[in-house]
Amino acid sequence: MRRSTLTAIALASVAAVGLTACSSEEGGDDEKVTIGIKFDQPGLGLKSGDSYSGFDVDVARYVAAELGYEEDQIEFKESPSPQRETLLQSGQVDMIFATYSITDSRKETVAFAGPYFVAGQDLLVAEDNTDITGPEALDGKKLCSVQGSTSAQRVKDEYSAGVQLQEFDTYSKCIEQLAAGTIDAVTTDDIILAGFAAQEANAGKLKVVGNPFSEENYGVGLPQDNEICEDVNAAISKMIESGEWETALARNAGETYTPNADLNPPTPAACA
Amino acid sequence: MITLSGALPQVTSLFSEYDIFGAFQMTLVLAGATLVGSLLIGTVLAIMRVSPIASLQAGGAIYVNVVRNTPLTLIVVACSLGLYTQLGVVLADRDSGTFIVDNNVRLAVLGLSLYHASFVCEALRSGVNTVPLGQAEAARSIGLTFRQSLSIVILPQAFRGAIAPLGNVVIALTKNTTVAATIGVAEASYVMKEMIENRPDVLFGIFAIFALGFILIVLPVGLVVTWASRRLAVTR
Repeated sequence: MRRSTLTAIALASVAAVGLTACSSEEGGDDEKVTIGIKFDQPGLGLKSGDSYSGFDVDVARYVAAELGYEEDQIEFKESPSPQRETLLQSGQVDMIFATYSITDSRKETVAFAGPYFVAGQDLLVAEDNTDITGPEALDGKKLCSVQGSTSAQRVKDEYSAGVQLQEFDTYSKCIEQLAAGTIDAVTTDDIILAGFAAQEANAGKLKVVGNPFSEENYGVGLPQDNEICEDVNAAISKMIESGEWETALARNAGETYTPNADLNPPTPAACA
Repeated sequence: MITLSGALPQVTSLFSEYDIFGAFQMTLVLAGATLVGSLLIGTVLAIMRVSPIASLQAGGAIYVNVVRNTPLTLIVVACSLGLYTQLGVVLADRDSGTFIVDNNVRLAVLGLSLYHASFVCEALRSGVNTVPLGQAEAARSIGLTFRQSLSIVILPQAFRGAIAPLGNVVIALTKNTTVAATIGVAEASYVMKEMIENRPDVLFGIFAIFALGFILIVLPVGLVVTWASRRLAVTR
C-alpha cells in the first residue's frame, strides 16, 4: 500500500517535470529577455498600470527587437540606481536602460554598450523665473536633487558655493517642492528634467533652463561576460540612422526639448 | 576575484572620499534629540493614559494607536512635504545660510519624536503597572494629590521598572533614524546610498562599514540598559 502510494507520487512528479520541460521548450523562460528600466521617471522610464513608456523603454524595445525578441518576450524589471550593478552581476536582468551614465568605476563591475544618448546636467525652474540662467546664478538659492547623484554637489563645488542643497530620495519630492515654491531649482540631467516639465500636471508651470554644464553618456548596462555588446551597439546605430531614435526622443521628452546638438546623436563606443 | 588584501586599500580610500564619521555623528545627533523629544511627549502621553480623567485616557489611547500603526517613513515625509512645504511651518531661521539643513534635521527629529513617543508611552505604562496598587493607595491615604502621588511616588518607580523596555525603544529609535534620509538629512544611510551609487566596486565593504558602525553605537546602549535595569530595579 505504502509502496504503491510512493510510486504514484514519484510518477506524478516525473510527469510534472516532463510537462514543465515541454512548456519551457515552446517559448518559455530561456527565450525571455529581462530588461532593467526606471519605473518612476516620466519621459525616460515610467510604469503606468501595466504599460511602460519613455525614451529608455523605446530604445530598449528597439534593441531587443534587433536582437530577435518579440514584444511579448520582453520583461521589464525596476532597477533603482543603487541596485543596478547587483542586478546585472546576479543575472536578474540581462540589460539595463536606466539613465545609466558610463563611468570608470562602474566599468570595474559591469560592461557598457552605447552610449545611446548624451545628456547634460541642467536646471529646472518655475516658468516665470528669470534670474536663474545657469549654475553660476544660484548663490543664496535653494537647489534640489536626489541622493546618491553627484549633480547637486557639483553645482556647489564648481559654480555657486552659496547655494543650499536639499536632497530627497526621489525626484518627485523635488518637483513637489519646486511647484510649491519652497525651493528655487531642481538639477539633474536635462532629459530627466524635460520629462518632468512635459508631465501634464506641470505643463506650463516649469521650464528647463537650457544651459547644460556637463556630459553624461547614457550606456546600456550589461554583465561583464556578455556576448551581445557588439549586437547592441549595431542595433543602436541602426536606430539612429533610421530616424527612429529622433522620433522616440521627440515623442518622450516633449517638443520644446532639444538635446545638446554637438554630442547627439552619439556614436556607440567600441566594446571592451 | 577580490581578495582581502586587494580590497582593504579601496575600503580605506572610502574614509577619505566620504565623510563617514560626520554621517554617524548626524545619526547620533538625531538619536539623542529624538530620545529627549520622545521621552517628553511619551511621559505626557503615559500620564494621560493613567490619569483618572476619561477624555485624557481616550486621547492618549487614540494617539498611541494611530501613530504606532503608521509607517515612520510616512510620518517623516508628512513633516517635510505636509508641514513645511504645504503648511509653511518653519523650524529654522529662513534667512540663514544653512536653513535647509537645519530645517530638515529639526523636521526629522519632530517626526521621529512623535512616532517614538507612542512606544515610550507604552513602555512607561508597563512600568506603572509594576508599581503595586498599595503604593498609590498609600500615597492617597497620606493626603497626596493625584499630581503629587504621580510625581513623587508612582513615576519614579515606574521609570525604574521601565528601563528594559525603554532600552528597546532607544535601540529601535537609533536604527530608525535612517528614515531621515528620505527627506535629505545626511545621516549614515544617506551617505551609504551615495557611496553605493558611486563606488559599486566595494559594495560589500560599504555594507560592512555601516553595519559595524551601527553595532558600535547600539551594543553599548544594550549593555548599559541591562546593567541599569538590574542596578535600578525596585526590589520588592
